[in-house]
Amino acid sequence: MDAILFLIFATIAVLCAINLVVQKHPISSALSLIGVMASLAVLYLLLGGEFLAAVQLIVYAGAIMVLFVFVIMLLNAGAERRSNRSLMATLFGVPLLAAFLALVAYVIQRGLPPTEGVYFGGFTQGTPRAIGRVLFTQYLLPFEVTSVLILIAIIGAVVLARKEI
Amino acid sequence: MQSMTSVPLSWYLILSAILFALGVAGFVIRRNLITVFMSIELMLNAVNLSFITFSYQLKQVDGHIFSFFVMVVAAAEAAVGLAIILAIFRNRSSLQIDDISSMKY
Amino acid sequence: MHHLWLIPTIPLAGSMINLLFGRRLPKIAVSGVAIGSVLLSFLWVLNVLSGLGGLEEAHIERYFTWIQSGDFNVGFDLMVDRLTAVMLLVVTGIGLLIHIYSSGYMAHEEGFSRFFAYLNLFMFFMLILVLAANYLVLFVGWEGVGLCSYLLIGFYYLKKSAGDAGKKAFIVNRVGDFGFSLAMFLIVVTFGTLDFARVFAQAKDMPVEAGVGTLTVICLLLLLGATGKSAQVPLYVWLPDAMEGPTPVSALIHAATMVTAGVYMVARSSVLYLKAPLAMDAVAIIGLVTAVLAATIGLAQNDIKKVFAYSTVSQLGYMFLALGVGAFSAGIFHVVTHAFFKALLFLGAGSVIHALEGEQDMRLMGGLRSKIPVTFATIFCAAVAIAGVPPFSGFHSKDEILLAAHHHAPWMYWVGVVTAGMTAFYVFRAIFMTFFGSYRGHHHPHESPWVMLGPLCILALLSLGGGYIHIPHFLEPLFPLAESAHESTLVYISVAAGLAGIGLAWLMYVAQPGLPDAISRSFRGLYTLVYNKYFVDEIYDAVIVHPLRDGSRSVLWKGIDEGVIDNVVNGVGRSARNVGSVLRVMQSGYIRSYATWVVLGSVIVVAAISFLGGSR
Repeated sequence: MDAILFLIFATIAVLCAINLVVQKHPISSALSLIGVMASLAVLYLLLGGEFLAAVQLIVYAGAIMVLFVFVIMLLNAGAERRSNRSLMATLFGVPLLAAFLALVAYVIQRGLPPTEGVYFGGFTQGTPRAIGRVLFTQYLLPFEVTSVLILIAIIGAVVLARKEI
Repeated sequence: MQSMTSVPLSWYLILSAILFALGVAGFVIRRNLITVFMSIELMLNAVNLSFITFSYQLKQVDGHIFSFFVMVVAAAEAAVGLAIILAIFRNRSSLQIDDISSMKY
Repeated sequence: MHHLWLIPTIPLAGSMINLLFGRRLPKIAVSGVAIGSVLLSFLWVLNVLSGLGGLEEAHIERYFTWIQSGDFNVGFDLMVDRLTAVMLLVVTGIGLLIHIYSSGYMAHEEGFSRFFAYLNLFMFFMLILVLAANYLVLFVGWEGVGLCSYLLIGFYYLKKSAGDAGKKAFIVNRVGDFGFSLAMFLIVVTFGTLDFARVFAQAKDMPVEAGVGTLTVICLLLLLGATGKSAQVPLYVWLPDAMEGPTPVSALIHAATMVTAGVYMVARSSVLYLKAPLAMDAVAIIGLVTAVLAATIGLAQNDIKKVFAYSTVSQLGYMFLALGVGAFSAGIFHVVTHAFFKALLFLGAGSVIHALEGEQDMRLMGGLRSKIPVTFATIFCAAVAIAGVPPFSGFHSKDEILLAAHHHAPWMYWVGVVTAGMTAFYVFRAIFMTFFGSYRGHHHPHESPWVMLGPLCILALLSLGGGYIHIPHFLEPLFPLAESAHESTLVYISVAAGLAGIGLAWLMYVAQPGLPDAISRSFRGLYTLVYNKYFVDEIYDAVIVHPLRDGSRSVLWKGIDEGVIDNVVNGVGRSARNVGSVLRVMQSGYIRSYATWVVLGSVIVVAAISFLGGSR
């Protein structure tokens, strides 16, 4: 059951990701990305990350992607033009990526110690309660710092989005 | 029963690597600033998956916390990044990434 | 501590004030700062000397370590002994008088503040030179006065001849400084230190060198330095040209102080010279040759300042003669008296030139005796002093030198006497041509202001009575008095030579004005030779300057500079550009190609980790 679920959603994620890369129009890419995020949320759940699965859907797929779609609509961005100016990127980029992927897969296969597989319910500390406890005790300072970071980001966004720049 | 239906840990990691590589591919191939930006988000997600997988493997919640922080940073980044894209578009009326090449020597 | 450092630093401060703010200050403030700083320095010298008492021992003040390298150690040290004391009084005293004079002489010139800034800077370096307690500090002053000399000779920098003269002085002095530097290196190698006290203490225990030893080489190299600075054969050629500078500069730098630096330096190194008789002979012969050569040239010059310039060269030759025959104290004595009467001659000449609005040719003067009487009276005092008429100052010092020379080698005495006669002749020739007869020019002579005449009067008193300041006696602890038989016959002969010179000048330029022309006609060749200064400048031009310039142009410039150095430099640049044009492809400015490079980098890193280090 776990394997089937993993395979289904992993396939969806990979297909959506390929679609993201292949599509020329940004709005299709954005929708594909939402698909990737949703399927990743399911995978998080399989790994025991209940809280993160919810956050992934609400914050990522919900808020951030809405922002993206909003900007795409606002700028009325059409399909991209072809250009040959970064020829090198297209020529070398894909083979390099293939090599990269092969290498990482090799490292994972060889370097990972043999352990038991992943099954649903194997990890129970991903609940909001558990995460909240760690977040507000051990990681309190980083947590507070992120709030400052977000504040700065908000101010930065406001400044950048003003008309004068 | 567990061993039958369980998924090897490496599958999750390889999925993460594939998604990351696709993100990089999008970054390199696509010419639209917004699509490039979304490719970055894809890479972040791939990394998050690795974090959570290792968190499962080590039976520690810290990986979750880290992906949580990554999400926070991604949100902040999205806000600022999209604002920058807006500013660029206002100045150049273009979202073509190759039009923005003033970083050259 | 007696704060010796204040002596040079006060003029330096004055120089800096005038250099930085002089343009905006009124002239009275500029000259006030300049004169005030020298006056303060002079008073401080008096204070220090009275505080130090008899100066039986040298008083040394060590301020800080300047250069340290292994065992080698040079400090910024100043010292005062009796020799320095004499020089200090001369430099600051004469310097003060000339500063006062300059404030009148330069009153209507452009660059008033620049002039005083340079003059004060000169005082600073000159005082460093005489106060130095080791060769390197002395060298700092040595180079510094050379710099100021260059700046002041070329003071009228819009005149090409002035600029050329400045450059000539600078370059000729470089030759001498080269010798001085080599001498210093040799001193370091031999003694391991540059400190006067330690060098001389070691040298005292060394044997007198019969042939050419290390000390002889050191002394000859020092002598080369001295010939440059003190305008001796063969490097005297810059001094006559240096008369392009303002007249007070000629008086201060090129008559009274800087040119005597070589004499001072040789006297300071007397311990070394006494161990190297060969070098001593070289000093004496160079001095004698210079004295005769310059005196003969001086006979036929028509520019009043040129006459006095050659006279200076000749008198410096006398000083070197004194040093060379071992009469160091007599040499220094002559430095002092010469400073009095030669500064006076130059300042008097300046007063004449000032009166005639810039005229320097004596053929266009004459009869000025009644028009500028004070100048005439003072310059006449200087003339009798330099001519060696007893009992005035020149008589005393010249007498000491000639007697010492006679003791060393009688022929030197006779050459010296002939030169003394010539000296008297050309100085009085200048006096008679300028002040006697009838006026031949077309300006309206006017007497100089008292700010100029005051220093003249003081210097006149010193020229007349300076001989009674018995400096050799004062310097006895440093330089044992050279034993010289006080034969009154020899004294009479030299006095007679001087008087004969005066008489001949009177005969030729006052009594029988047609005589000089007749003589110059009958000795046409000789006259031309002397009139053109033995063509030394032309010979140097042909033998040294032209080959050097042509060689520089064809070999160094076209060959080495353009061919080798430029090619190497351009080649480096070109190869950098070639490499850059290859690397430039990477820096396209396109974000996507940057990303590709990042991917390439991460592939390499991951590959390295997985194949090399990652396999635990």
